[in-house]
Amino acid sequence: MLTAVPISWFLTLSAVLFALGVAGFVFRRNIITVFMSIELMLNAVNLSFVTFSYHQKQVNGHLYAFFVMVVAAAEAAVGLAIILTIFKNRSTLNIDDVDSMKN
Amino acid sequence: MLIDTIFFYVFALLTLGGGLLTITRRNAVHSALSLIVSLLGVAGLYLMQQAEFLFAVQIVLYVGGIMVLFLFVIMLVNLDLSAKERQFNGQWMVALVAVAAVGAEISWFLYRGQGAFQLADTAGAPSAAAFAVTTTGNTEILADVLFQEYLLPFEIASILLLVAVVGAVVMAKKRI
Amino acid sequence: MIQSFYTTTDHFTIIPAVMLALFGCAILLFDFLIFPDPRQRKWLLIFVALAEGFTGFALYRQTAWLAANGQAQLQGFQGSVTVDGFGIFFNWIFLIAAMVVALVSYHYLEISGEHHGEYYSLILFAQCGMYFLATGTDLITLFIGLELMALCFYIMVGFLRADKRSNEAAMKYLLLGAFSSGFLVYGFSVMYGIAHSTKLEDIAAAIASRPPSDPVVFLALATTLVGLLFKISAAPFHMWAPDAYEGAPTTVTAYLSVASGAASFAFLLRLFHGPLAPFASAREVWEPMLAVVAILTLTVGNLAAVNQTNIKRLLAYSSISHSGYMLLGLVAGNETGIKGIAVYVMVYTFMNLGAFLVLVALRRQKIIGEDLDDISGLMHKSPGYALLMLIFLLSLAGIPPTAGFLGKYYIFLALIQTGHYTLAVVGTLYVAVAIYYYFKVVRSMFVGEETEKAPLATSFGLRVALAVTGVMTLAIGIYPEPFLKLAQTSLLR
Repeated sequence: MLTAVPISWFLTLSAVLFALGVAGFVFRRNIITVFMSIELMLNAVNLSFVTFSYHQKQVNGHLYAFFVMVVAAAEAAVGLAIILTIFKNRSTLNIDDVDSMKN
Repeated sequence: MLIDTIFFYVFALLTLGGGLLTITRRNAVHSALSLIVSLLGVAGLYLMQQAEFLFAVQIVLYVGGIMVLFLFVIMLVNLDLSAKERQFNGQWMVALVAVAAVGAEISWFLYRGQGAFQLADTAGAPSAAAFAVTTTGNTEILADVLFQEYLLPFEIASILLLVAVVGAVVMAKKRI
Repeated sequence: MIQSFYTTTDHFTIIPAVMLALFGCAILLFDFLIFPDPRQRKWLLIFVALAEGFTGFALYRQTAWLAANGQAQLQGFQGSVTVDGFGIFFNWIFLIAAMVVALVSYHYLEISGEHHGEYYSLILFAQCGMYFLATGTDLITLFIGLELMALCFYIMVGFLRADKRSNEAAMKYLLLGAFSSGFLVYGFSVMYGIAHSTKLEDIAAAIASRPPSDPVVFLALATTLVGLLFKISAAPFHMWAPDAYEGAPTTVTAYLSVASGAASFAFLLRLFHGPLAPFASAREVWEPMLAVVAILTLTVGNLAAVNQTNIKRLLAYSSISHSGYMLLGLVAGNETGIKGIAVYVMVYTFMNLGAFLVLVALRRQKIIGEDLDDISGLMHKSPGYALLMLIFLLSLAGIPPTAGFLGKYYIFLALIQTGHYTLAVVGTLYVAVAIYYYFKVVRSMFVGEETEKAPLATSFGLRVALAVTGVMTLAIGIYPEPFLKLAQTSLLR
């Protein structure tokens, strides 16, 4: 049974969530929070994959979302390791302070 | 059905509220916890759309795995000091305008293109058979498609995860 | 049972990637078990050479198969990968770049004190990802391939763990890379929504059946383009490139600028040009957008390069401007233009690798060797290196006897053929700017005083790699016919 909720609601929700992620990425200064904003963006993408998939009665979109999750996990592992090295070398995680190279 | 609509609103509220708190909270731990709420909301939306497998994966992998990793790192790096600093970029006005533009654009296009996606049944699509059989579980169908149509990406993903392991070790271990 | 979805044909289409992945794993094992002593680690190069040898042989067999059966392409995994002239051409470029970079790395990493076996396996895994970027015709395969490549690069950019700049570069690259992947994959989700399929072929058909001004198509196009422009470091999404290039180990910078750039362009062409390309039918929408982006990229790249005193940063901005020229080839979009991109990518591989190799030689114990002052007086110290650098810089600027001229020639020819006169004129003007800042480096090399007496750090691998890149840069410029024929094979039809 299809839900009564129209597809556009899900898609709009996904778009707004994506925009929230972009907002967090653009104007937060703490690296970890910036990283969490990226997770928000990827979740928005997954939501739209699942929505399309559901309304087309396929599972391809589910699989795409699944692969996006795999990628997100891999990126998080490497990214957090890099964050640890940065913290070890500088003891700050503020993006403006981690900016030694200049034009 | 009214109950669906109510559920949608509840999960949407969780998703957006959690997302909003994630990007506005000062304390990184609070941000991470709000993100978990948001992820749970998304998981609920998956369940509404009969993606049971993804619902489980979302909770096990995202909430149980990735977010715990985040919390670990937040605990490892002492962020007490940085919570007192300014948390937002100087050019937040510019950023806000840009983001509003992105959100408005995407929403508008999706709204305008509402009828553009074929919503009714898509019997013609090649691998559309999957959903029709309601007696088979979602996970079973997923496995069939994953190991036949998407065998190759699955194998590449294994290398991707190997690289992630190597990367985490190279970056974080003192002596390699 | 397994034969039905993993056939011999399927296997044949991915052998090169299988070889790369296998040898990548072998390096990880051998590094751990057989070579515990850091001084023995250069023997791991043998594995890289073997991997590239087998990969090259597999690519050769694929070419031979296509020629023998008179087919333009061979699809495997139900259309997930497509082996064709285009993919094979780009894979040869990745192979050359990976081999050259591996050859020069051991000395550089030893000087930097971070010589680990994992580095070589990351080079191979990154190349494996690139294989799927160039041959993939399924959105999932392309995406996973892209992420595999990118993840390897994030780690390699941050490989000098004790170096603050390297950490910082890795972090910036990772954050912006993940951000752009978010946009890209959002575009992919919309494409999937349009076509109900992740195969490029189906998506192309679905998009072609809609009017080009369709808002949903535009949404897919815009978000995908944002992600892709990040990857090819086109303005206004180029800001990661200078920092990532400067902070990364120089060998990684070379690999990043050449191989990752080429792979991203292969990806871009798969999506925007050719019979399988989803957005080929929406050309009238994206052509003006890309023209503006190309001009902006040229402007930012060339004008910012003028004031740089760090040579790596200067080359980073010059890479940005080269992306702009290649984009102009796609804007022209006729056969000459696309062939021009192929020629440009090939030429760029040799000349840019060469220029970075000279910088690798300048890195010595306690001398970072990236500033304009460090290269000053190179002519007195080691004339051979100075002359090679001169060739590479002339080629990067596009001066006739060298290969760089050929790349720019085809791009401008295509622009004139398709009536984009303004773009051609602007592009030519920026060549003049480019000559100015490349000449700054040349002047410093030939006229400047030596700032220190320490001899250059050379190694056998570095000399071989420099000889290859130098000879090829000249050879393509002087006798281009065979190379043009090679580029011709890469055309998608």
